[in-house]
Amino acid sequence: MTGDIVAVLSADLAPVSHWYVARRLFIGAGTGIILSATLMLVFFGLRPDIHHAMGAGMFMTKQAYTLAFAIIAGLAAERVARPATSGRGRIAWVFVPLLLVTAVATVQLARATPHGRIPMVMGESASVCPWRILLLAIPPLAGLVWAMRGLAPTRLREAGAVVGLAGGGAGAFIYALHCTENTAPFLAAWYTLGMGASAFFGWLFGPVLLRWDGSYEQETKQRLFMADS
Amino acid sequence: MQASESDLRALMIASLDGDAVAYRALLDTMQTRLRIFFGKRLSRDTAEVDDLVQETLIAIHTRRGTFDRSQMFTAWSYAIARHKLVDHFRRSGRKPTVPLDDAPSLFVEDESAGVEARYDIEKALESLPPATQALIRDIKLRELSNAEAAQARGMSETAVKVAVHRGLKKLGSYLRSGGDVK
Repeated sequence: MTGDIVAVLSADLAPVSHWYVARRLFIGAGTGIILSATLMLVFFGLRPDIHHAMGAGMFMTKQAYTLAFAIIAGLAAERVARPATSGRGRIAWVFVPLLLVTAVATVQLARATPHGRIPMVMGESASVCPWRILLLAIPPLAGLVWAMRGLAPTRLREAGAVVGLAGGGAGAFIYALHCTENTAPFLAAWYTLGMGASAFFGWLFGPVLLRWDGSYEQETKQRLFMADS
Repeated sequence: MQASESDLRALMIASLDGDAVAYRALLDTMQTRLRIFFGKRLSRDTAEVDDLVQETLIAIHTRRGTFDRSQMFTAWSYAIARHKLVDHFRRSGRKPTVPLDDAPSLFVEDESAGVEARYDIEKALESLPPATQALIRDIKLRELSNAEAAQARGMSETAVKVAVHRGLKKLGSYLRSGGDVK
């Protein structure tokens, strides 16, 4: 039976693009992001002062911070989606935005009056912010899980953490279009927590969620079976 | 049978561009190597080995888009094989008891003839100079590392690698031309 398998498989050969992995991840993440943005618009709404905020430094910092996490983790996902390759080299880059924002937060806190510090960290929405980020992270995360299951990750925890962080970054980016908090300490604490929680969730469930989707193999097996009879 | 990493990678890259002849050659080689890989780890249960070889070949096929053209083909393909093996153990509720990371042996061409093949290899080995024979026995049959073998024989590691490489090459041509190995 395995004698014929080579013949059947090589008869089924179609050229494969260099961008196969990236494209699939992009489709998964993109679909999730559209869904997530719709959720945000329906349930939370854009921040009312969005036009005014657009040029402001803190608004741009929040968008850049979350986008950096999403992109870096997305690039790492492109590595860890392949057998025997690790995304660690790429994921290490998240320390750049993390350290930058932590540094700005430290400066802002140092300059604030002692009484002003706690409100600066807590803002008005600290208790809901990470949860909402986590909620908005679910659709892109689900899209990436779908993409990964059709690829071939062999380090499932690492892959889970990486897609968790990418989904978290995308969710946080979308949430930041709603959220009116304006301090670096808030961003450093609660946004990071929300994105980190999403990564942790991915790490925790990676081995279960990222099991390879067998339907592609099933299709091929059917063809093998037909060739046999 | 002695296809090297760079040969296999070249075949894989051609396959990804749609070259069916290269692909056939690649899958043929992998089929043999996977038999050995799984045969070593599954206490010679032939049906189980056949299943896993088939599973892995199909996975190599359906997931070939995840091969990065700058990656090692052997690393990529054996990572898939290992993944399938671990999956198999998980499903059958067993734990792997053998190390999963040793390289495929170049020797056995057909696992159904495992015992005879081993005997034939012994015969073939005798056609080599004694020092090379001993090194190949140490490394390929007793699975010592290059460094261990080098230490045992008082040679440098590089000298060991070169000697083993040359020996295997000779052995390969001996097996292909002369000996009554299938």
